Amino acid sequence: MANVLVVDDEPNILLSLEFLMSHAGLTVTTAPDGETALLRIADSSPDLLLLDISLPGISGFEVLEQLRRTDTERHLPVIMLTAHGREVEREKGFALGADDYVTKPFSTQQLVDKVKALLNERAS
Amino acid sequence: MRGDLVVIGTAFSYLALLFMVAAWGDRRAEQGRSLIGSPTVYALSIAVYCTAWTFYGSVGRAAQYGPSFLLIYLGPTLAMLLAPFTLRKMVRIAAQQRITSIADFISARYGKSSRLGALVALMALITITPYIALQLKAITVSHAVLMNYPLGADTTLDNERFWMDRSFWIAMVLAVFIILFGTRHLDASERHEGMVAAIAVESLVKLIAFLAVGIFVTFILFAGPAALLAEVAATPALMHSMRLENVPGGATGWVGMLLLAFLAFFTLPRQFQVLVVENVDEQHLDRASWLFPLYLLLINLFVIPIALAGLLLGEGDPDSFVLTLPLSAGLEGLPLLVFIGGLSAATGMVIVETIALSTMVSNQLMMPLLLKVKGLYSGRHGRLADWLLNIRRVAILLILLLGYLYHALIGDSYSLVTIGLVSFAGVAQFAPALLIGLYWRGATRQGATLGLLAGFFIWFYTLLLPGFAQSGWLEASLITQGPWGISWLSPYALLGLSGWDIYTHSLFWSMLANVGLLVGISLFTRPTPMEQTQAALFTEAMHPHLPTTARWQGQTTEGALYTLLVRYLGHGATLRVFTALDAPLGDAEAYQRPASGELITRAEQALSGSLGSASASVLINSVLRGEALDMESVLTILDTTSQALEYNRRLEQKSQELARVGEELRSANERLREVDRMKDEFVAMVSHELRTPLTSIRSFAEILRDTPDIEAEKRQHFLGIMVLESQRLSRLIDEILDLARLESGRLSLKPVPVDLALVAKQSSEALARLHDEQGLTFEFIAEVSTAMVLADPDRLEQVIINLLENARKFADTQQPRITLRIYEYNGAFRLSVEDNGPGIPVAERENVFEKFYQLKLKESPKIQGRPKGSGLGLPISRAIIHHLGGKLWAETSTLGGTALQLELPRHSV
Repeated sequence: MANVLVVDDEPNILLSLEFLMSHAGLTVTTAPDGETALLRIADSSPDLLLLDISLPGISGFEVLEQLRRTDTERHLPVIMLTAHGREVEREKGFALGADDYVTKPFSTQQLVDKVKALLNERAS
Repeated sequence: MRGDLVVIGTAFSYLALLFMVAAWGDRRAEQGRSLIGSPTVYALSIAVYCTAWTFYGSVGRAAQYGPSFLLIYLGPTLAMLLAPFTLRKMVRIAAQQRITSIADFISARYGKSSRLGALVALMALITITPYIALQLKAITVSHAVLMNYPLGADTTLDNERFWMDRSFWIAMVLAVFIILFGTRHLDASERHEGMVAAIAVESLVKLIAFLAVGIFVTFILFAGPAALLAEVAATPALMHSMRLENVPGGATGWVGMLLLAFLAFFTLPRQFQVLVVENVDEQHLDRASWLFPLYLLLINLFVIPIALAGLLLGEGDPDSFVLTLPLSAGLEGLPLLVFIGGLSAATGMVIVETIALSTMVSNQLMMPLLLKVKGLYSGRHGRLADWLLNIRRVAILLILLLGYLYHALIGDSYSLVTIGLVSFAGVAQFAPALLIGLYWRGATRQGATLGLLAGFFIWFYTLLLPGFAQSGWLEASLITQGPWGISWLSPYALLGLSGWDIYTHSLFWSMLANVGLLVGISLFTRPTPMEQTQAALFTEAMHPHLPTTARWQGQTTEGALYTLLVRYLGHGATLRVFTALDAPLGDAEAYQRPASGELITRAEQALSGSLGSASASVLINSVLRGEALDMESVLTILDTTSQALEYNRRLEQKSQELARVGEELRSANERLREVDRMKDEFVAMVSHELRTPLTSIRSFAEILRDTPDIEAEKRQHFLGIMVLESQRLSRLIDEILDLARLESGRLSLKPVPVDLALVAKQSSEALARLHDEQGLTFEFIAEVSTAMVLADPDRLEQVIINLLENARKFADTQQPRITLRIYEYNGAFRLSVEDNGPGIPVAERENVFEKFYQLKLKESPKIQGRPKGSGLGLPISRAIIHHLGGKLWAETSTLGGTALQLELPRHSV
């Protein structure tokens, strides 16, 4: 079973994502901020990351940057989640190596589909 | 008793002496060793102001009206004290423009107008004739008194046989004398140095004579002034006549008389002649400005003692006291000296006045007429200079004949002083055109002409005409009842203005019309370019960079100018003009060589000095081809210095202003960009903040939709979250709208007097349940029982709840603790909310009042996981408090956390 790490500082969003992912048959770990997220990745080496950008402490972008610099997690699939709808941020996310970019509020079905598609891509 | 031969012999000897002085003075001038290069001579020549009128009439007037005669001398004293402002300018203009008379001066000021010049000349002639008559009368009367004493002087004329009349012969003798030393030279602007020297001598003679009588009367006839006064004191009627208020017309009479003398001092043709035309050095004014008033003081010193003595001794006509007092004492020599003194005063006046008038007649009346007859000046009838001299000689003769006629026909009905004052009031009409023209560039020719005409007409009607009536030449009812019985047209009470003396009355109406028309018409007429040029040259005369005269622009040859000058000035004067500029004379090419602008200017000045500015202008124009005048060049030269500086200054000012405006624009633009950026950021933040609760709501809603088999407990939980997030969303929208209204000023607060302590208490109670749930220790400390402030109670409660909520969020998680304190500080009320949380770093304190600011420092891990607010509570609170005139800021709390401080001004009832 694939392991998904969800990072968001909003407890309610975290709760909904957790429910969605487990309902889709995935194992879910959560982190409320960037630093916790990095620790969790090192601990449990997830198969996919749902990463919010606005986080207390280090931001989602910084987390992504650090991941891409490591040897082990360079290819970890990352979907950015953000309430910022601006084009520049979407581009910045892709430039840093995000695999997909989802604007809040999102369609839960589409998000689940994207997660599944990415995991399948990696599996094959 | 006294041989007529002795008297007449002495008189002629005296005239001969004067003539010798004049001839000597002229010769010295020709040799270049001027006699009159002294300011003392200049000051003495100004004393031509003191005529026979002063010599005999002052005593007469003092006997009749007390000390008021002094006003006639205070006017000129005032004028001399003001010389640096008026006379100096007139002298400089006259030198620059080579002015020959007051008529020339006024004509030149108003665009070298020959008509205006002729008008002034004609008016001067009419005005001055009675004055000359007065001098003839004085000589005749004084001679008769001297011969017939102690019998009354019979001065009635024998109209049948005028050749038996002494005054006729006196007039003729004076005419010959004046012709002899007044018209030796043509060029009036080369000055009559001999005449000035003679006048200076005359002034000394009349002063000595008058002082001699005064000393004799005061110290010999009476035993000094004290004794004289003692006798006067014993006669109450005399005491009364010496009182100051004894002037006719009262206080208005004083002012009128002073003004009259002040104005006439500038405008009497003879005064203008000696003060302005004959002035050789502007600096002479400095000494004259005190020496001449001193002269006036000396000559008036004994007027009152003589008048009192005459009245005490009952010596007949007061106008003759000066003569009759020494005669009554049986003296031989002193009366003769007095007669010579009086003769001196009279002849001095007649000489200067007649020369001034004849210059005007020839330059302002005859020359323009002659120039109209084209053949006369373009033909080759020999030297026109001789013509002009002859015109002047005839004019002198005619002027004296006119004076004689006036004296013979009218003179007897007036006292000396009266005739003098009539003339004063007449020449005073020149003053507006002269003095206003000196300072106001806007005065125009039409304004001056109409003002002069109106003023002159009123003078004629209110002073001269009644004189004819008093002499019996007109019905006496003209004065008493007005013409045709119309009383408001009565010459002495025009429009019913009565109670003033006749001179002040006449001066008032004539000046009102004169000045009114001059100013009024000038405002509505456009000056010609020539007028503008001359107006500029006159008003700016003291300007250091002034060109001496208008520049000529046309073309002519040196030869043509030479021919012109020779015909009007003779060879000598022409030679001086040309050699001054090193222009070669008389060679064959002269008629091909174009004349330089400077030569043309010099030629015009030389002609002006002889013929007056108007005629000179016409003559130069006659040989000039092309445009006559270039006003702009004059104004340009005038303006280059002063205005260039001004222009530079303004330019500098403008560029500084421009730089400042540019800087302002840049910073305004910067601010606008900043505001724009902040607005973008705000919109982005708002959308971010709205999206967050919306995300939760949508996600849970979709989960519930897509998962029909979800267990009931979870479903309830998720629905609960959706409700809370919806509330959060609407609260957020409310706050955003609040803030937008506060920032744009559209939020209307309704401040009323309210007790801050009470509102704080209510707010705390509203949150009490939350505090209990959290196990929070809340302390409410009111150091004052009431704290009245002006505030909107609902908004104030909103702020306090905000502060408490903020504190609750940041208070210590283990043992949360909040203190609310109300106290007085520096006459204001303060409310502080303190918590025992982690506190805010000093650098971040102001940031918490920024919109959507969330503390998210790495160094403050303690705040992680705490409930998040909208990030708008503190900014809204601060905006509200600012609107209420208070302050809101953050400090470090004594409890270890944050202290939010609120201050509102005390409301005193």
